[in-house]
Amino acid sequence: MTGGLVLVTVWIVLAALAPVIAPYNPLAQNVNDRLQPPSQEHIFGTDELGRDLYSRVLYGGRITIPAGLLVVIFGGVLGVAVGSVAGYLGGLADEGLMRLSELFMAFPTIILAMAVTAALGPDIKNAIIALVVVWWPAYARLVRGQVLKVKNQEFVEAAHCVGASRIRILVRTVLPNTLSPIFVMLAVDVGAAILTFAGLSFLGLGPDPTSPEWGRMVSVGVDYFDQWWTWLFAGMAIALMVIAFNFIGDGIRDVNDPRLR
Amino acid sequence: MPLHLYILRRVVFVIPVLLGITLMAFLIANAVPADPINANLSQRAMSDPEIVAAFRREWGLDKTLPEQYVTYIANLLQGNLGRSIKSRQLISDDIARFMPATIELATYGILVGVTLGITTGMISAIWRNTWMDATARTISLIGVSVPVFVLALIGLYVLHVKLGLTAGPGRLDFTMTPPPTVTGMYTIDALLAGQWNVFTNALSHLVLPSLVLGLFIAGIISRVTRSSMLEVLGMDYLRTARAKGLAERTVVIRHAFRNATIPIVTVIGLSYGSLLSGAVLTESIFAWPGIGRYMYRASTSQDFPAIMGVSLLFAFIFVMVNLVVDILYYFLDPRIRQS
Repeated sequence: MTGGLVLVTVWIVLAALAPVIAPYNPLAQNVNDRLQPPSQEHIFGTDELGRDLYSRVLYGGRITIPAGLLVVIFGGVLGVAVGSVAGYLGGLADEGLMRLSELFMAFPTIILAMAVTAALGPDIKNAIIALVVVWWPAYARLVRGQVLKVKNQEFVEAAHCVGASRIRILVRTVLPNTLSPIFVMLAVDVGAAILTFAGLSFLGLGPDPTSPEWGRMVSVGVDYFDQWWTWLFAGMAIALMVIAFNFIGDGIRDVNDPRLR
Repeated sequence: MPLHLYILRRVVFVIPVLLGITLMAFLIANAVPADPINANLSQRAMSDPEIVAAFRREWGLDKTLPEQYVTYIANLLQGNLGRSIKSRQLISDDIARFMPATIELATYGILVGVTLGITTGMISAIWRNTWMDATARTISLIGVSVPVFVLALIGLYVLHVKLGLTAGPGRLDFTMTPPPTVTGMYTIDALLAGQWNVFTNALSHLVLPSLVLGLFIAGIISRVTRSSMLEVLGMDYLRTARAKGLAERTVVIRHAFRNATIPIVTVIGLSYGSLLSGAVLTESIFAWPGIGRYMYRASTSQDFPAIMGVSLLFAFIFVMVNLVVDILYYFLDPRIRQS
């Protein structure tokens, strides 16, 4: 887990400092230097328009990391809202909301995200919206289960007795006691969110082709397959980022479930 | 509960889910885009008022939304998923044409994934915290972390371009003629026709994509196998089994693994979703003429009706696979049989 934290920190620092560290402008074209293999001037080589791939990979983190985080945060918040209402109210509201979440889960992740982005039009914002649409149901189901466990305990009854409103009880008394498994799931999920975002972007449903986004860079690089550096470095960046987040996620999960250690 | 009653119950449960899926696909297809005509017809078709009018009539676009949904369901029941903007064919025809290649790849992929996933998961659980566990966990970490399209590219570059160990993209070498179509799956059709060289060639083309796809789902299966085995291995009845002098192999396979299978079978069913998602990415790289590549092309050319048609198909397959998993529980879990 420490290794994961270090790796993620390194990635975030590299992305944050990209404007300072990057030797070139990630968008600057130089057609005379197109498709150059890695060298001292361009350590990751250059792409089909002569742009420096090292600079582009550094800048790529500025898109992919926030995108992955936004997906799990918005998906998590939406899921917590839906799941806690369903669990707390019970009855018809619960049935309806849970059946709805099942429908969303019946579609394979990327497929539903592809359908939603295709309907909204491809760009970064819509790719994130599409992934939030795909992401919330898992959280809703987790939170609902937690709320059901907590809501009949004595301290909730006590809150009722002192006259707290239902909303207050749900937000102040029930929810805080359901949060720890949700945080575990958030941590485990960031890697998957980044992976899926990169996949969508590889499929052309995210940022436009000029953008230094990793998945998009790989899909552009595929057209120059024999020039392996055009796709390899961006691809490895995604892999290393996801491995780092998965290390953290696994660590947090193991701490919570000692049987797995 | 008798088997037929159990199956009937599960099937009845699936019907509302299937209806719900069609409702979602309908809402995405007809309510989300600002203008469904713009999203569903090509530029050329839009400039022809007759085609636009015919499209409105076919999908009932001048009626209310609930009426449109009824028209949509009626069209679906006749197998009408609409017409692709790009190929200008009926999407149902396109699907029929490209489906066998995907079924073949997915079958080999799931074989690789399940074998690799269960083996590594068992090894890690039995020899917990040894170097074997570490190696197996690393493989599963790579499987869940490295994007399937990057894995495919690296595999293709190293194993095909550099080392020449596996065949390249496509289902057969260019010099080969596909076997006479029976199932549409080249390995089976070649065997049926007795064309041994076509069979080996088709198999050599399947190795790399099914490895990539298999590794992708092996990661998830391996993780669940490990945790499910660890849970069972800590149980008292295993100590009893050992205490009465059973061989370690019997203890692990007959007593532990059998009780760990339910979560494993569940995750295999669920990983079918990843398999279908992975097929889109894998097929696009291996120029595999299947549904995944069709979906990829549809998405890069904004072929909206084709995207919706394939989404519906994939959701349908996913639900059906999980119905089969539910039915398998009957055989795996004696508690269901006796309840």
